[in-house]
Amino acid sequence: MSSEQANDLECEHLTKRFGAFTAVDDVSFEIPSGSFFSILGPSGCGKTTLMRMIAGFEDPAAGDIRIKGRSVLGTPPNRRNVKMVFQHLALFPMMNVGENIAYGLRCAGVGRSDIERRVRDVLERIGLPGVEGKEINQLSGGQKQRIAIARCMVLEPDVLLLDEPLGALDLKLRERMKIELKLLQHQFDTTFVYITHDQSEALVMSDRVAVMNGGRFEQIGAPQELYNAPGTAFVAGFVGDSNRWSGRVVAADAEAVQVETAGGARLLCRPGALRPAPGEAVEVFVRPEAIAIAGGGAGEGAGGNRLAGRVDSLLFNGAASRVLVRGADDRLVEVAYAPEGGPGDFGPGDAVELAWAAAQTKCFPSQG
Amino acid sequence: MKSTRAILLSASAAALVLLAGTGGAEAETLRLLTWGSYAPDKIVEAFEKKYPDIHVEVTFSNNEEMIAKLRATGGAGFDLAQPSHDRIYAVQKEYGLYKPLDLSKIDMSVFEPKLLEGVKANTTIDGKVYAVPHQWGTSGIMVDKTKAPDAKGWGDLCNSKYKGRTSMRLKRTILLGTAFSMGYDPFAAYGDLKKYQEILDKVADKLIACKDNIKAYWKGGDDLASLMLSGEVVMSETWDSTAYRIYNQNHNIVFVPPETGALAWIDTFAIPAKGEADDAAYKWINFVMQPEMVKLMSASSGAVIAVKNGKDMLPDDKKAAYEAAWTPEDVQRLKFFANIPPGVEDMEGKTLEKIKAATGG
Amino acid sequence: MPRKDADRLSLILLMTPLLLWLVLLILLPHLGIGYLSLREKVAPRVYHFSFANYIDFLHEPIYWNTLLRTAWMSILVTVLTLFVGFPIAYYIAKVAGRRSRAALFLLCLVPLWVSDLVRAFGWMMLLRETGIVSGLLQWAGLSSGPVEMLYNDVTVIVGLVYTVVLFMIVPIVSTLDGMDNSLIEAGYNLGGSRLTVLRRIIVPYAMPGIVAGCIIVFMLTAGSYLTPVLLGGKNSMWFTEQIYDQFITRYNWEGGSTFGILLLVFTSLVVWAGLRLSGQNLATTVAKR
Repeated sequence: MSSEQANDLECEHLTKRFGAFTAVDDVSFEIPSGSFFSILGPSGCGKTTLMRMIAGFEDPAAGDIRIKGRSVLGTPPNRRNVKMVFQHLALFPMMNVGENIAYGLRCAGVGRSDIERRVRDVLERIGLPGVEGKEINQLSGGQKQRIAIARCMVLEPDVLLLDEPLGALDLKLRERMKIELKLLQHQFDTTFVYITHDQSEALVMSDRVAVMNGGRFEQIGAPQELYNAPGTAFVAGFVGDSNRWSGRVVAADAEAVQVETAGGARLLCRPGALRPAPGEAVEVFVRPEAIAIAGGGAGEGAGGNRLAGRVDSLLFNGAASRVLVRGADDRLVEVAYAPEGGPGDFGPGDAVELAWAAAQTKCFPSQG
Repeated sequence: MKSTRAILLSASAAALVLLAGTGGAEAETLRLLTWGSYAPDKIVEAFEKKYPDIHVEVTFSNNEEMIAKLRATGGAGFDLAQPSHDRIYAVQKEYGLYKPLDLSKIDMSVFEPKLLEGVKANTTIDGKVYAVPHQWGTSGIMVDKTKAPDAKGWGDLCNSKYKGRTSMRLKRTILLGTAFSMGYDPFAAYGDLKKYQEILDKVADKLIACKDNIKAYWKGGDDLASLMLSGEVVMSETWDSTAYRIYNQNHNIVFVPPETGALAWIDTFAIPAKGEADDAAYKWINFVMQPEMVKLMSASSGAVIAVKNGKDMLPDDKKAAYEAAWTPEDVQRLKFFANIPPGVEDMEGKTLEKIKAATGG
Repeated sequence: MPRKDADRLSLILLMTPLLLWLVLLILLPHLGIGYLSLREKVAPRVYHFSFANYIDFLHEPIYWNTLLRTAWMSILVTVLTLFVGFPIAYYIAKVAGRRSRAALFLLCLVPLWVSDLVRAFGWMMLLRETGIVSGLLQWAGLSSGPVEMLYNDVTVIVGLVYTVVLFMIVPIVSTLDGMDNSLIEAGYNLGGSRLTVLRRIIVPYAMPGIVAGCIIVFMLTAGSYLTPVLLGGKNSMWFTEQIYDQFITRYNWEGGSTFGILLLVFTSLVVWAGLRLSGQNLATTVAKR
């Protein structure tokens, strides 16, 4: 078996029902060896159930799960070489760090001296050498995180599942841990499956991301793909920030679709895989950073969208600063701006003109 | 404004006076410390009807607990107690739990003279009488005639013919009964405790050897009744009243006064040293010794009341059981429990512990 | 200043019931019993200070044998109760749904609704030679004749376990309740078998509850009276029966007090030894939470 074709984890038509409720609905995907795969979705979308099925805590109603090409449906959780970092980490409070890490090794029947060496090694690899003797409650949040990963990685799993492990951390630490997790994944060269509702976590760390909604995968792709070419309205809305309009198709050709929004504005947009027919209800999305803002009537290329309005407020947030512009239809439009331009450019109440390319504007048929 | 307040004031003053008035006439309480069936509701009701200013409060107990309760308070908390005749003398000497009776307040004419004299003889200290008899009964054996027709005495409980089919209560009665069946007179030995200890040792040996023969030691009347009625046990040491009760349900089960004499106890009336309602206590004594009440009492307790012809006052069913059990000779052979001298309880207690702890069957 | 006074007053009001309880119901009676146990009766109404009652106890093998027997059987009852109670507690805390949970708790409470006496008689009806179980066995052809299951130590132990099992279940349920289910799942996920997860994760986590339950059960059992007396056989003596006999039958309050103190001291010793052996202490178990 060459490593090229080997997928560490494959799921096929996986379905799980709780009574009448379908938590996971016919989900299929595969994860190549050594990649960082995220499942991104709002709470209740079925991502945790999916992960629990992979770990073996739930049995699927239909479908198959294969690890390293072998089906694990009949394998109990303690025999699957899939380890899991729990949401609240689930470090054993009655054991110290060393014992926590050694637990899995002891279960596997590894010899005493071997255990000691491997515990020492893994602690070194995660950058916490010599903490074997510490109690769990003596550790900081970030340290606990790393211990929880080390506890799994010491067992050299085929796949490591992570169930929103950063959720309990404060913002600063979370930002740092994102990077650290990615580095750890590189270092261990193991397949990580990361579950989160936080799109920035998924985008930053992952090689590939699956966006999940209502028990189904909406789209699987690299972070850039999801961001730049969302396949559905849900993905466009959930991944990254967007301005959003509802409207109706006025005219459609191969290149662009013309939409009249509920507020009466006319927008040109590029359709997704499905081209909407005239008269159909659509959702229109455009990213804040795709919009150019100008004080005068600075024109954009042909096929562009324009919108006049007044500056409502400035939201300063460093690189992610925004201008809120109130359009003629009384809707607020979020526009990115570079703060080094200085606050003198425009202030609240100034008349401005917004412009963006039709290619940057996505539209999808309204759902439901 | 002023006048309303005056009215209110005088009204509440009047109310207070009224309350105080009823308080003054409030019933005094007669706190009775007695045996399970010795204060049936009917008698209590009749008594309270006759003396509306007396309220009767009944606490059920047994000899040992009665003494323990009174001892804990030095004789306070109750106004009338009913210990057995043999449990008064030593307890009075040691702890002073009772006060002498004023016999002039009791209608002495109703008592069966033999029992009255017996109790007086047992409970007179320094010329003062501390108790009068109320009702009496015996301990003997109870036998299922169909399964153990020839059982006659205490010794038969240990007869290997009935192995695993007999029962007894591991208390002092069986020690005394067994001693009599072995030919001793334990009551006579009370005067010479060394000799009494020798008897007890022999009794203990016999009862330890007998353990194998016994199914279980019973602990209370209900316990004993179910053992007998279920047929698990064919012979047991018993109180006669329990036997009479069972006779009503199964005529094959009769009380047998042991050939060495049934052991008789007399439950008495005695007034605790710190009793607070002596008059009410005397009223109760006189009340329950009236013929109508005697009948009610007999029906409730199943024992014979210490009035003249007490036996005839038994209700019919109990009388039948009584007659099935007793011959005039048996009555002649009755042995009344003798006063327990100080120290004997301890000796007996140790003997009983020895028997219980020994590994027999 | 007035505020401080008010604070002090509320503190006093808060503490009063506790102090009253401690002093009136715990401290004073024990002092009284301790004092009584040190009096030797030399003649009617004449007492001396002495250790004679304790020496008597040591000289009488029946007494200390009964005490040892009571302790030994209480330990056995405690262990059995743990084995019976732990799975029930685990089921209630971790497996049962919200509704069945309440029902199960109620079921465990049932034995406490009826008095000791009724409970003991219930067992007697079931287990006696002419009782229900014996009848069933004969009916099912498992036994040719009546079977007597009453009046022996096994019955006493069964009866006691039944009576006290709730006191084992409640503390264990409350510790297990606080346990995150993901700890158990992590235990499996990292390769633990059922036994490993139970032994290395669930039991250590529940240890404070287990120890608290064991202490309560042991003390209750050693101090129980009616069940061992009514269900017990011809040879089974329970130490409380000795105490009762001393106090009530033999009017020997001094001896009874001595026995009471000895029972207290001895059971405390057993609890202490148990804590030492299991590496626990009172602060981390009973007093926790």
